[in-house]
Amino acid sequence: MNSLSVTRLIAAKDLRIELRSRILINQVLPFAAIVMVLFAFALDRDDLLARVAPGLVWLATLFSMMVVVQRSFAIEAGDGALDALRTAGVPAQGIYFGKALALTLQLVLLEALLFVAAFVLYSSRVDLDGVVLLITSALAASCGLGLVGTLYGGLTTGTKGRESLLPLLLLPVVAPVLIGATRATEAALDVGGISMREGWAWVALLVTYALLFGIGGSIAFGPLVDDAV
Amino acid sequence: METDPVVQLVDVVAVLDRFPALAGATLTVQRGEIVLLQGPNGAGKTTLLRLCAGLLPPTRGSAMVLGLDLAEHRQEVRSRVGLLGHSNGLYVDLTVSDNVKFWGATVGATDSEIKGAVERMRLGDRLVDVPVRKLSAGQRRRAALACLIARRAELWLLDEPHAGLDATGRDELDTVLRDATAAGATMIVASHELDRAGALATRVVDVVGGQIRDRTGGTA
Repeated sequence: MNSLSVTRLIAAKDLRIELRSRILINQVLPFAAIVMVLFAFALDRDDLLARVAPGLVWLATLFSMMVVVQRSFAIEAGDGALDALRTAGVPAQGIYFGKALALTLQLVLLEALLFVAAFVLYSSRVDLDGVVLLITSALAASCGLGLVGTLYGGLTTGTKGRESLLPLLLLPVVAPVLIGATRATEAALDVGGISMREGWAWVALLVTYALLFGIGGSIAFGPLVDDAV
Repeated sequence: METDPVVQLVDVVAVLDRFPALAGATLTVQRGEIVLLQGPNGAGKTTLLRLCAGLLPPTRGSAMVLGLDLAEHRQEVRSRVGLLGHSNGLYVDLTVSDNVKFWGATVGATDSEIKGAVERMRLGDRLVDVPVRKLSAGQRRRAALACLIARRAELWLLDEPHAGLDATGRDELDTVLRDATAAGATMIVASHELDRAGALATRVVDVVGGQIRDRTGGTA
């Protein structure tokens, strides 16, 4: 079976598990919504909330992402399924890209909810040009987060104290995504004095980040999970 | 008609963390045999199974599995061998049917192969659409074996298959393993339960200090 077929198979399996278990719908999305509401309570000024909304959306995304990544590898570790995949000779690149694809799609859904929350709670506004930039930057950032989340999820799976280790290792590494996505979103929402041109430059950084982790992760993921088998 | 052995190990040494877990192991397993590995903890039984599964390279000696040299073709061996250890490798939120279909899809198994795997492990209509998390330990073990069949594993490597099962689960497992034996499966089973596993086995070998001896006294 080639890596592309394995990618589709693994992504479909992960999404089916989420549909059956409803962890994303019943736990992660409400958690993200609560974080957005708490930000609104803490800052409690409409003009300030509108100004910092992009940063708050991406911070809430990163916090919620930790839960999604933990969950993505908990389903593999629970009954030794990841070990079984590797001992069955299923290509590691296919596993990596399949899990990253499923994670990315879940993050896109999460971000859609967070942006709706920002429009409702923080009075954020976006025009037509901004929508294109907003969607492109969100997709690029989601790909980067999906790829790096899968790599670090694989790295920490099977390790002692992985629940606390994952954020400790992952949050510093995703700082470029937080910065790039926040700046691009500021440009899209026309806050913070960032031009559209600068916004697209930040999107280029997000795409570069995703490509680097896509290449690096596909090389490193196999040896990382094999060490745990 | 004589066929090539499924497993042929000659004087194999496998060093783990500078410790020789296998120290000159020699073993030949023919197609259709059920070989029971007996020995104390730490004797090298699990290492032998992992080596045959392509998870460990031999440090020295000649190791052929399914006609492939383990020194060069470990990835291909992995895809044709099924290792069932203490965990079952199942997705507990998915149904039995979903799991068997998933593992079958990794080798392009047909719908009839999937159905056949479920039937051979006696996971009929009552269990097939039940999420794995709701199954007993014995039923989970049978579901895991159905996954091995679905992905066309030619050699089954079972590490303590009866561990954690109650009396009913053990009886059910014995039944499906007997059925698999009758259908011509080749198995290497590591077990402390000589009575149960020994009744299934066509041959019993002792693993002691990383070496293998059959019950007739010579190398196996």
